[in-house]
Amino acid sequence: MEDEPRLISYQNLLMRYVSNDPGLVAKDNDELSETLHAQGIPPDDLVAMHINALKRTTHLDPKTLRAFEFLTRMMSGYGKEYREHQALKNRQKQLDTEIDVAAEVQKALLVGCVPSCHFADIGAVSEPATKMSGDYYRIVNDRGRLAVTIADIVGKGIPAAMCMSMIKYAMDSLPENKQGAPSAILASLNRVVERNVDPSMFVTMFYSVYDPVTHIFSNASAGHEPGFYYSARKDQFIDLEARGLSLGLAAGTQYKEYSRKIEPGDMIFLLTDGVTEIRKDHEFIEREQIVEIIRRFMDLPAAQIVKCVMNELKKMQCCHLDDDCTFIALKF
Amino acid sequence: MNISIEREEKDKKLNYVSVEGEIDVFTAPELKKELLPLTEITGGTLTLNLNQTKYMDSTALGVIVAALKSAVKHNCHFTVTGMSPRIQRLFEITGLMDILKKKR
Repeated sequence: MEDEPRLISYQNLLMRYVSNDPGLVAKDNDELSETLHAQGIPPDDLVAMHINALKRTTHLDPKTLRAFEFLTRMMSGYGKEYREHQALKNRQKQLDTEIDVAAEVQKALLVGCVPSCHFADIGAVSEPATKMSGDYYRIVNDRGRLAVTIADIVGKGIPAAMCMSMIKYAMDSLPENKQGAPSAILASLNRVVERNVDPSMFVTMFYSVYDPVTHIFSNASAGHEPGFYYSARKDQFIDLEARGLSLGLAAGTQYKEYSRKIEPGDMIFLLTDGVTEIRKDHEFIEREQIVEIIRRFMDLPAAQIVKCVMNELKKMQCCHLDDDCTFIALKF
Repeated sequence: MNISIEREEKDKKLNYVSVEGEIDVFTAPELKKELLPLTEITGGTLTLNLNQTKYMDSTALGVIVAALKSAVKHNCHFTVTGMSPRIQRLFEITGLMDILKKKR
């Protein structure tokens, strides 16, 4: 357990200290203490070393010796705690590394590449509250039509992130698509989530498709926070209200489909409830406040709008998000 | 970030649970532990009172979803009362309200 050079340097320092050596500076003590700490010497071993050093240099009467024995016994509990603490610290380090790797994998899965298309300017941003996110979005060009999905998995952290991966693969394997009706897509995803997920897990999702030929934007919602539709002609924000049960709540759920005609200059904003659950000075931020923020930046390109809005929201919550936040802007 | 859960048992089949505080990712497991066994009483009635609940996040909604599913499975009558407007909105958007009403 104990090595000789360490004992000797401890013993020397101790003796110089005891004899009030004027050449001894505080720095020497600190250095040895730091070294011992860095080597992970538990408190009970340190006491044992102290006794050994004393025994070698000083005559200890039997009573003092027994008193030290007593101290050693008292310290053994602390030693045990110290070793447990070290083991936990190592375990924690290992977990942190694993989570970092998992977060990288998730980032690779989620790479939110926004397709370029000639009929819409698109911006999207997603920020996890912790290392891993339970938010998901997907923007794809589906045979000339634009398909935009935004989803929020209940809870956060690792369980939500695992469920998110499942959703991603379920979506990738959807027969894309027999006319890709949003209502049909949500109904089939509901089957996947309902069958495969822990009973307390559910997913809210907004699925939409825009057809540049007919200018029709159609959507269905599975319990998702409503987005906003901005009408350029009326200069007005309207809630993209759509009702539907969250994915995973009940088997055989049917979804209603909504559609509206998009005029040039109109915009669509989609978000997750991380955005509306942001608290400023303990008060929740209201949807009207979000509209106010959007108005300030809506003349910018879509990619800039989403960045600026997210920055504003983070400022409100002192640069720290309590929940995963995703925000998408479409300008037509 | 603590919650206090109060349980009142009128008789073996009639239970009331009320929650005071904020139900979030840290406190939701506590509620789950209290609530789920009560939903497994066949033919029972369970009322969850959220009158004193200041805030709920999606993890808390997840606990209620699990309780609801378990209640349906065990033929237990589960209701939620005392929702603040904000919590009610969460229930409405996610569709939980529709499910709760249907079971009534």
